[in-house]
Amino acid sequence: MTEGIIFDIKRYAIHDGPGIRTTVFMKGCPLNCLWCHNPEGKSPEPELIYFPKKCRETCRLCIEACPENALSKNGTVKFDQSRCRRCGTCADACVYEALELAGNTKTAEEVVGEVRKDKIFFDESGGGVTFSGGEPLMQPEFLEDMLDRFKQLGIHTAVDSCGYAPSDVIERIARKADLFLFDIKIIDEKKHKKYTGVSNELIIENLNKLLNMKCAVWIRIPLIAGINDGPDDIKAIAAYLSSLKPIERVSLLPYHRAGTGKEDKLQKNLRVSAKNIFQAPSPERRAEIAAEFSNSGLKVKEGG
Amino acid sequence: MNNRIAGLKQRSLQAVPRISTERAVLITEFYRSKKADMVSAPVRRALAFKHILENKKIHIDPDELIVGERGPAPQETPTYPEITAHSLEDLDILDKRPKISFKVSEKTKKIYREKIIPYWRGRSMRDKIFERMTQEWKDAYEAGIYTEFMEQRAPGHTVLDDKIYKKGFLDFKKDIRRSLKNLDFLHDSQASDKREELKAMDICADALIRFAERHAEKAEELQKNENDEKRKQDLKKIAGICRRVPARKPQNFWEALQYYWFVHLGVITEFNTWDSFNPGRLDQHLYPFYKKGLEAGTLTHESARELLQAFWIKFNNQPAPPKVGVTAEESGTYTDFALINLGGVKKDGSDGVNELTFLILDVIEEMRLLQPSSAVQLSKKNPDTFIKRALKIIKTGYGQPSVFNTDAIVQELVGQGKSIEDARNGGASGCVEVGAFGKENYNLTGYFNLTKVLEITLHNGTDPRTGKKIGLKTGGPSSFSSYEELFEAYSKQLKHFIDIKVAGNNVIERLYAEYLPAPFLSLLISDCIERGLDYHDGGARYNTSYIMGVGMGTITDVLTSIKYNVYDRGGVSMKGMMEALENNFKGSEELRHRFLNKTPKYGNDDDYADGIMQSVFETYHNLIDGRPNTKGGTYHINLLPTTVHVYFGRVTGATADGRLAYHPLSEGISPVQGADRKGPTAVFKSASKMDHVRTGGTLLNQKFTPHLLEDNEGLDKMSHLIRSYFKLDGHHVQFNVVSAEILREAQKCPEKHRDLIVRVAGYSDYFINLGEDLQEEIIRRTEHKSF
Repeated sequence: MTEGIIFDIKRYAIHDGPGIRTTVFMKGCPLNCLWCHNPEGKSPEPELIYFPKKCRETCRLCIEACPENALSKNGTVKFDQSRCRRCGTCADACVYEALELAGNTKTAEEVVGEVRKDKIFFDESGGGVTFSGGEPLMQPEFLEDMLDRFKQLGIHTAVDSCGYAPSDVIERIARKADLFLFDIKIIDEKKHKKYTGVSNELIIENLNKLLNMKCAVWIRIPLIAGINDGPDDIKAIAAYLSSLKPIERVSLLPYHRAGTGKEDKLQKNLRVSAKNIFQAPSPERRAEIAAEFSNSGLKVKEGG
Repeated sequence: MNNRIAGLKQRSLQAVPRISTERAVLITEFYRSKKADMVSAPVRRALAFKHILENKKIHIDPDELIVGERGPAPQETPTYPEITAHSLEDLDILDKRPKISFKVSEKTKKIYREKIIPYWRGRSMRDKIFERMTQEWKDAYEAGIYTEFMEQRAPGHTVLDDKIYKKGFLDFKKDIRRSLKNLDFLHDSQASDKREELKAMDICADALIRFAERHAEKAEELQKNENDEKRKQDLKKIAGICRRVPARKPQNFWEALQYYWFVHLGVITEFNTWDSFNPGRLDQHLYPFYKKGLEAGTLTHESARELLQAFWIKFNNQPAPPKVGVTAEESGTYTDFALINLGGVKKDGSDGVNELTFLILDVIEEMRLLQPSSAVQLSKKNPDTFIKRALKIIKTGYGQPSVFNTDAIVQELVGQGKSIEDARNGGASGCVEVGAFGKENYNLTGYFNLTKVLEITLHNGTDPRTGKKIGLKTGGPSSFSSYEELFEAYSKQLKHFIDIKVAGNNVIERLYAEYLPAPFLSLLISDCIERGLDYHDGGARYNTSYIMGVGMGTITDVLTSIKYNVYDRGGVSMKGMMEALENNFKGSEELRHRFLNKTPKYGNDDDYADGIMQSVFETYHNLIDGRPNTKGGTYHINLLPTTVHVYFGRVTGATADGRLAYHPLSEGISPVQGADRKGPTAVFKSASKMDHVRTGGTLLNQKFTPHLLEDNEGLDKMSHLIRSYFKLDGHHVQFNVVSAEILREAQKCPEKHRDLIVRVAGYSDYFINLGEDLQEEIIRRTEHKSF
């Protein structure tokens, strides 16, 4: 029985692969993208998220509940990081939804039990389960076990990955998953390193590997104004992708703000706050980009 | 749309609803006459009907193609004093209330003061009903345990089948003669009553034919003075049509529509029937005429479209008759619930979608009118193009059409004992209730407040709002040592109040049968002619009485919370909970948020809460389903609210799901507003754990951001979502596709959002016409976004 750390399970996910899907968000990511949508997915450990606006001044439920005495309150709740074991007892105790534990340990069986509830919708729509994150390939045994179990149930599986993983992991998972949603962000290696913290050499290598193994791959490109939407970046991505065949589809994902705000609330310091810095390219520019991909012979679509 | 239709539509929208005394004066005149005293009850009704149709003003709009108005002009709304004799105070309220008002002139008030009130006060059905009801019925009614549909409006709750397209009224007269001939005065003790009933039907048939002829005469008169050659031709055609139908069966598309319209006017003139009336499976009924017309070259797509549009406007010209008091609270809308059904299956079970289905959907989208309401029946046999076409209309944020599961409806009707053909030919009407079209009297008798009964249970039979003891003494809250004991007490209280309601219904059914038979409606619904029995007296082939459960989400969450927090998990004492509820959670914010945020809720595919929903459903179902009514039929349940969840909330104190006192309850079978947090698939799963097939209709509301339906892929996924719910035997779903921001904006600047239409419950309405608490309730419904 394997287990792993999950920070969310979302049903009726309709932008994460074909049909109606349930997306399992797995914790931990090897990249550190500046514009990250899901900052709570970065660390492989559970983390507390605190929403001071929802917190009631006189309430002491969390402080009394904490088995480690790690919490104190002076207007807002303060966390003693040296004591906190991220057990989530405080979040369980909070009735105002001011504290949330991002990251729970679940067995593969538990995840499968939750996901299979929507099987009738998957069957009707040609959907299934998508593993996202974070980076699902950071928990390969857990992921592999779940893929096996879903295969047995006849549920289609997709892995949404940044592609940064040891090649043996990619190979193992590629044999099990029905579809890869593979992120390509920037082709220029230096630039990639600057914005995501890692080189894209391994990522490109892994994509080639997947295609050689004849895996079904959908490419996903986040579009962030001023970072990767310039003519050079787009041309480079289009040229690279059109050199690969066959790619079922290319999805353009304009940046959205859902992730901002969450950063501040994570009880740790991230290197930059994304708040108010990033924007999606203008609709006109997005149309140009889509045309560019389309002209390169790629099947492109905005959104998942 | 062309200029003619645009003009007609504009005039329909601009006309202000006002009270017309025309019908009230005519019927009073007749009831005061000697003739009225001398005849039997059905013949009295028939002669009154005839008197109205012979003397009412005939109105033909300068551009109209389909003619006939219920009042003297569009939006001029008659009253039905034999059912409700409005007082001068009522008229004042109707005139001045901010929402759903009807203008009342000084002249109208004078006529009411001098002619209508003096005759009808004490004689109206409403007076009779309240006189006959027991004190315990009145106490429960006043406490808001249930409502009474028949206290201001007549039973109707029925829909037409295809018989008028095969027979003219002269043919119906032949059927009546045959039935008269077959009367057996030697052995049938009811033969004399049957003869009176059949005589009455015959008078009504002649009256409608004459009414149509009066339109022909009016058209001919207008034609003489008309200078425009094209309009002259139109009027000539109209005159010809009105001389043919309804006397004879229709020959073409135009005649078929005009025929139905006269029938519709007949029904809504005879009585202020609930849910007005409705042509049923319009696309199937009209298709042969459509096809024949196209083939013969006498009809084009465009002319068919124009006629349908003209037909649509006729519905919009007739607001629901004025309602006051509790009836206005439970159904606060101008919509009169004529629900046009499209698609589904044919009598033989094959796919019922045809080209006309798509043309009618075009008309619905283009007209964007409040009335008639529209519904698509989706069967597994229907093509995806059909549901996707409907979704393209839904996504414009108009709240229409609603979507019904044909395959569930057929199972529901067969389960109630209907033949398979009658079931396939049936559908949904009004909000969501099912019936065998043209063959059934399916009476919605009143809403039932499931949550209020629990409040009374927790107060040992007393209503805490008034201090009056109206229920059974089943023990105080602390006397229940287990959840099961509490539920047992709740079940006893439910039975107590359902018994009271049913006993009241039995009296009211007889009052209508005795005093206010409906011989015109009886002509139209099988097998009243064959049986010689009135529609109100068991004449229909099938006779169903419904009691509509309200607030399934709220009662489930309340019971779940008590079970979870007081009995299973512990930590909350019954006494502490009761105190918090009494104080409307003042000083108990923590407890309230524990109820709101840390307690299982219906709508999240969580078996803990959903299991309790199932137990409430089973209990309610078993207490009602199968009871006999007085018309030879049986009781069934359905779960829908119109606007009553707001009223029922207003009489119910704070509840253990964290709801504050007097706030609205949940509507239909939807989760409590905002309680569903796992997206639409989880809602559908929860809702499908109830056995829809054993109901006569359930209502589920869903709210989506427009973004989710933006492109073809979004439409695909939405249609898969619906089809999956229907595979799970879900009965119905309807959508609001509008963002909360827009609704907020409309609250601030109503003048800029006059055309904003939203789905309320089983019908759509102009957002700005809704009461403020209902507006808030809709905004609070969970909005499904994409992830």
